[in-house]
Amino acid sequence: MASRQRGATDPAGDREILSAGDVARTVARMAHQIIEKTALDAPSAPDVVLMGIPSRGAPLARRLAAKIAEFSGRTVHEGTLDITLYRDDLRRGPTRPLETTKLPEGGIDDKLVVLVDDVLFSGRTIRAALDALRDHGRPRAVQLAVLVDRGHRELPIRADYVGKNLPTAKTEDVVVMLDEFDGRDGVVLK
Amino acid sequence: MKHLLSTDGLGRDQATAVLDTADRLKQALLGREVRKLPTLRGRTVITMFYENSTRTRVSFEIAGKWMSADVINVSSSGSSVSKGESLRDTALTLQAAGADCVIVRHPASGAAHRLAGWLKHTGTSVVNAGDGMHEHPTQALLDAATLRDRLGSLDGRRVAIVGDVLHSRVARSNVHLLTTLGAEVTLVAPPTLLPTGVEKWPVAVSHEIDSELASQDAVMLLRVQAERMTGGFFPSSREYSIAYGLNERRLKLLPEHAVVLHPGPMLRGMEIASVVADSPQAAITEQVRNGVHVRMAVLYHLLAHEEETA
Repeated sequence: MASRQRGATDPAGDREILSAGDVARTVARMAHQIIEKTALDAPSAPDVVLMGIPSRGAPLARRLAAKIAEFSGRTVHEGTLDITLYRDDLRRGPTRPLETTKLPEGGIDDKLVVLVDDVLFSGRTIRAALDALRDHGRPRAVQLAVLVDRGHRELPIRADYVGKNLPTAKTEDVVVMLDEFDGRDGVVLK
Repeated sequence: MKHLLSTDGLGRDQATAVLDTADRLKQALLGREVRKLPTLRGRTVITMFYENSTRTRVSFEIAGKWMSADVINVSSSGSSVSKGESLRDTALTLQAAGADCVIVRHPASGAAHRLAGWLKHTGTSVVNAGDGMHEHPTQALLDAATLRDRLGSLDGRRVAIVGDVLHSRVARSNVHLLTTLGAEVTLVAPPTLLPTGVEKWPVAVSHEIDSELASQDAVMLLRVQAERMTGGFFPSSREYSIAYGLNERRLKLLPEHAVVLHPGPMLRGMEIASVVADSPQAAITEQVRNGVHVRMAVLYHLLAHEEETA
């Protein structure tokens, strides 16, 4: 798998979009972009908090926080925000298990909150996340970082930091794999 | 899940899923200013209490409201029940009026099951909030949640249920649920307060409390239900207290990590001494707190998915 040509299609029809190395480089680039856009390295830097949306947004937020600390020397707190209870489609399927919610120490009041998720698709998850955030406090501003933006928005929502813009067909499936869950990193289009 | 009528027949996976949801809900509400989730917006929950209750009714009402459901309370006095309306007609009326979930407490064992049968072909869910001497499943779930908090897991844990097992729906629900979750349950009571057929339950039985305490991870005390007693089940409450009450001396017989539970309302000085109820080992207020989260979880599992009409 690792030696396979990027973009190549395997016999099952899966196309690798990002390799493990690409994921690491992409996360590093996004960390730089967050530092730059939020002016984190400036003396009057705002309090930035990363909130990962489970499941795969949570480890992404942790990785981004580590990279930001490495590049800027600034510690940014990170947490996880489960949005299941705020979904608008709960009555359209079987019971969904809830995921972890953990606010960073110091909360989110007056912080610059960067929501972190793996794939941006319809935008409904982010809509739910904004509602959830509002119940947890009042951030100074909210931004959005996603590893893959696959298009097909159903709501007026746009990401501030995008790892990879990936034009897709609605029938296709974007699978983000992260070591923490899947044993390896990568992005595959099915 | 369509109804929650008993813990008998509730599978380990299903029970664990509800308890996990309760944990997550607790976490999601921790330290927030706005203790309100939009999850059950527009759903209507009606509590129907034919017996007195403080904690269960309030707990269900808070649970529903924190999930943004509309909660309406009906009690037998002050409703058409006092004019002689049957349980069935009252239930069908509430269903027709738009109840998505009916939470019922009734002095007759089996009332919730009957209700679920009458509402079978509707979308209305039924929760048993205590039926006679039969079951009280949400109490058992909140007890299990409290024990999980304190002990980590219930697997292989030993729990003694002490007191009026005969009249206790809490004991029945707990026996089923705790054994399903892997605990070993011992019932401790005088022979007069044990039901017939108890030898077929998946439990050990003892008539002597002192010898049981050292090996327990938790002790659950039951209130002696004088209102359900028609004959002489024990000579006097003082004698009962001496033989089965958890007093300071007996508390010392328990291992240090052991948890003391009481479903409430408790009679201090009868089945539990005041010092024991206020000791750090007692988890009685935690039980109440967990009760809200567990009932939120139950409502979530009953109402936040596509409709089942089975």
